[in-house]
Amino acid sequence: MGSTVLVVGEQLDGVLADITYELVALARTLADGGSVVAAGGGAGFESAAGSIAADRVCVLGGAQMADYTPEAYGAAMGALATECAADLVLAATSAVGLDTGAAVAAALGVPLVSYVVGATREGGDLVTTSQLYGGKLLAEAEVAGGRAVLTVVPGSVSGEAGKGAAGAVESVAAAASPGRMAFRGMIRPEAGGVDITKQEILVSVGRGIESQENIELVEELAEALGGTVSASRPIIDSGWMPKVRQVGKSGLTVKPKLYLAVGISGAPEHLQGMKDAEFIVAINTDPNAPIFDVADYGVCGDLFDVVPALTECAKASA
Amino acid sequence: MHIVVPIKEVPDLVEELEVNADGSDLDREYLKYKINEWDEQALEEALCLKDEAGATVTAVAVDTGDVDGYLYTALAKGADRAIKVTGSFARGGDNHTVAAALAGVIGGLGADLVLGGVQAPDDLDGQLPVLLAAALGLPCVSVVSGVSVDGGTARVRQEYSGGLMAELDVTLPAVIGVQAARQAPRYAAVSKVRQLMKQVTLEEVAAPAGGGEGGGLRIRRLYRPEAAGHAEMIEGSAEEQAQRIFDILAERKLVRR
Repeated sequence: MGSTVLVVGEQLDGVLADITYELVALARTLADGGSVVAAGGGAGFESAAGSIAADRVCVLGGAQMADYTPEAYGAAMGALATECAADLVLAATSAVGLDTGAAVAAALGVPLVSYVVGATREGGDLVTTSQLYGGKLLAEAEVAGGRAVLTVVPGSVSGEAGKGAAGAVESVAAAASPGRMAFRGMIRPEAGGVDITKQEILVSVGRGIESQENIELVEELAEALGGTVSASRPIIDSGWMPKVRQVGKSGLTVKPKLYLAVGISGAPEHLQGMKDAEFIVAINTDPNAPIFDVADYGVCGDLFDVVPALTECAKASA
Repeated sequence: MHIVVPIKEVPDLVEELEVNADGSDLDREYLKYKINEWDEQALEEALCLKDEAGATVTAVAVDTGDVDGYLYTALAKGADRAIKVTGSFARGGDNHTVAAALAGVIGGLGADLVLGGVQAPDDLDGQLPVLLAAALGLPCVSVVSGVSVDGGTARVRQEYSGGLMAELDVTLPAVIGVQAARQAPRYAAVSKVRQLMKQVTLEEVAAPAGGGEGGGLRIRRLYRPEAAGHAEMIEGSAEEQAQRIFDILAERKLVRR
């Protein structure tokens, strides 16, 4: 008889986010012959609504849905989930999904599962697989009764099956929100300076570098290799390098010919931004660091020994 | 303004993570713990707001083991109060239970702003700030870097992918999931923490009854991911490893020899 699965659609800056298709594809397998409903607001969702392969695509209307606020989205999705009697709600592990997921779970009184990379039905139950501990372990969990809200890691499933003609597209008035939030505007990345998305060689530095002064080591290596320095999140949060140099989920997605990861363990958020680099070399002291799972070559060693030695090799051949 | 910062201890990911005999949890006997780094960011943002405009900052932690040190460290950094919520709390993330306990305590503190770390490495059943907000009936914004307060409104920057951010105004009281503070978390001298441990008794509040409903999940299996591929590892001394990397890059014409 199947289930009803509600997908929380996302748009970013007027463009439908790919995760929407991925969630619809996953929803189709979990609906088990039941119904897939996708919903979202804003111009980016509305213009792409017809290309979402859900049985029903709800374009949530109303002034409060034109721009994203967590409160309006949470209220609208919670009400819609109740209205369509959703058994499952799928959202992304993203700002939108994190905000909305718990609000909907609370509204429906169902469990919430985070960092999901896979989910299947087992009879009436739901079995989920989540990335925990910075991607070092996977957790297989069981939700008795099968009703839940899942926040799914982008890129975990192919979005191909989620693309196609929508069964029906309809405008739905969004449920009223308490009105405690207002959207002020978007802030775009600073223009000018180095654009790491256009560099062929990136020497990327992570937490293993230990202090701001030590970044000089990586800069020397980048210069010797004819590349540019980028960084993982902790370096940016420490204020050691500007935001425009950040690689990862909330930073930039890069596809250089060479990505040399120095002292980067490879949290899922970082891998999301660099795993499609053409050639990846990683230097890290932890032999179990997830970065070695995506790298072509790895050195398990102390970057403070290997990096200067590599710089010397490059300088010697110049 | 009263800012409350929930903090929690999490396994130190630098350590080797072993799974227990029945595969349902970490083997916690010899596990090293540390404060959740996003909670440190939230505390830093709270202390920056205090420095900027004046505020009372209260750090709160449910007692999952050795949380005293984190609470004393918060005091040493500049928090005004530290509250340990006592009760039966297992280490290792049942955020629904923790959120219910914290909501029971924070609800009575008259907080204008709750700043929590946006996530933690063991958040299987949802992120704490959003669950806490749902329990308190307050608005919540996740993935925030940058908070400012003007009267009864907080202006926050929510991060999206690709370096995009949105600026939102939120009516207080509210819960914010902090991704990053405006500056790196400040350092607390060990000597100051030790001094506080001798001089100050932590406030203790018993968790309200009836908040232990759990997240509704049962972990069947915790296991290491099988990588689709793994890097070919280069052995040898640092100089030999460096030379080999350079040779490989040169063979692939990524660098000039």
